[in-house]
Amino acid sequence: MLVVAITRTPGWSEFRGYFFDWARYGDSLGEISSAFVLNVKMFSIAEAIILVTALALAVLRSLPGPVFFPLRALAIVYADFFRGVPTILVILMLGTGMPALQVGWIPQSQVFWGIVSLVLVYTAYVSEVYRAGIESIHPSQEAAARSLGLSRGQALLYVILPQAVRRVVPPLLNDFIGLQKDTALVSTLGVVEALQQTRIDESAHFNGTYYLVAATLFVALTIPLARLTDWLVARDRRRQQAGRLA
Amino acid sequence: MSALEVQGVHKAFGKLEVLKGIDLTLAEHEVVCLIGASGSGKSTLLRCINLLEPIQAGRIVVAGREVSARGVDVNLVRRGIGIVFQAFNLFPHLSVLRNVTLGPQKALGLSRTEAEARAGELLSRFGLADKRHEYPDRLSGGQQQRVAIVRALALQPDLLLLDEVTSALDPELVAEVLEVIRELAQGGMTMLIATHEMGFARDVANRVCFLHEGRILEEGPPEQIFASPREERTQQFLQRIVDAGRL
Repeated sequence: MLVVAITRTPGWSEFRGYFFDWARYGDSLGEISSAFVLNVKMFSIAEAIILVTALALAVLRSLPGPVFFPLRALAIVYADFFRGVPTILVILMLGTGMPALQVGWIPQSQVFWGIVSLVLVYTAYVSEVYRAGIESIHPSQEAAARSLGLSRGQALLYVILPQAVRRVVPPLLNDFIGLQKDTALVSTLGVVEALQQTRIDESAHFNGTYYLVAATLFVALTIPLARLTDWLVARDRRRQQAGRLA
Repeated sequence: MSALEVQGVHKAFGKLEVLKGIDLTLAEHEVVCLIGASGSGKSTLLRCINLLEPIQAGRIVVAGREVSARGVDVNLVRRGIGIVFQAFNLFPHLSVLRNVTLGPQKALGLSRTEAEARAGELLSRFGLADKRHEYPDRLSGGQQQRVAIVRALALQPDLLLLDEVTSALDPELVAEVLEVIRELAQGGMTMLIATHEMGFARDVANRVCFLHEGRILEEGPPEQIFASPREERTQQFLQRIVDAGRL
């Protein structure tokens, strides 16, 4: 229905020429793909760092008692701030601001600041996911661990976190799909990744097929991750049911 | 020297006073059962002794050492006191063997080989040798609770606290767990047992304490408590148990 409706619009033939020029699609695929490698690099590096920093932030927020209040407060302010500010603003501020400081040891690379921005923002998001996982583990697990003479840290490391992390794998991967897409925002700094390359091609040839190429590449990357998420969720459910039947 | 001395222990959760001055002494190798209605403070008392709950007043002395004092290393204290919970609280992400070796390895600093040898021995002794590589979810409730007991024993505690360890079990699985506790009692383990199993308490206990609203209202040898309780509250409590067909 929708397809029929669209193909019968008055502008359809122009639209088709603009977006579905298969010759251009084939010609530009190589060039945009090589630009896309930069997206893959950015998100791979960012993801590896975020996995660690977000967990650290979540652990900070879960520290009990008045002694750790300053650390907890700091973690909360951090999470609130970086979840509140649009990612694109963080990228623009760091990417244009930091190199402008003209300090020798501060990297000038915009790719570097793009990655830093993504890490800062997504650490805030992902730490919330981890935190939900930590809080979902029943306090009796910690009591059992502590009753064996394990310290608080040991209980966290050997008993709480392994269970918490397993529980949040699906939402964790979900956030990483978001991260993959948000690498395109680094294009605002003029970094030639897939989106920026597409824009260059589009304005040179006034043809939107390049957008389609970029979209295909992003989808090709996120679909396997989405299926992996589904598979992990299904496997977890199977295991638990097997446990219940036994 | 007593294995455990509890002196004037008070415990409140906010405004709710759960323990209102508990005095209790356990000699070495003694088995004491705590009986009383739900909410009488049995579980809370056990958790306080293991320092899982801070107390507001009183002293707790384990093997001559005041563990309720400030500045005591709680991790060190807990290594000497085993506790088994009503809901087992096994670690679901670890195999039976790893559940048992975690304490010895991380808290006692035993090597993996030593810890596994100790765990293997205990698991065999309690008929769980073939379950060592299973995960807790795959075991019956009775098996899980036996693993939990083995996990506590692996630290070779001087005192074992059992918190209604059969209350979450199907009736047909209760016996196998009680059998393990009987065996431990015969082996001379000092135990403080909160229980609803009156028949078991009568068999295994050297002494029975009746808790009512945060106080030990009556204590004595099981024959006396069950046959001729002095306190009216104790009589009423036992009558309810008899009426329910549980004694």
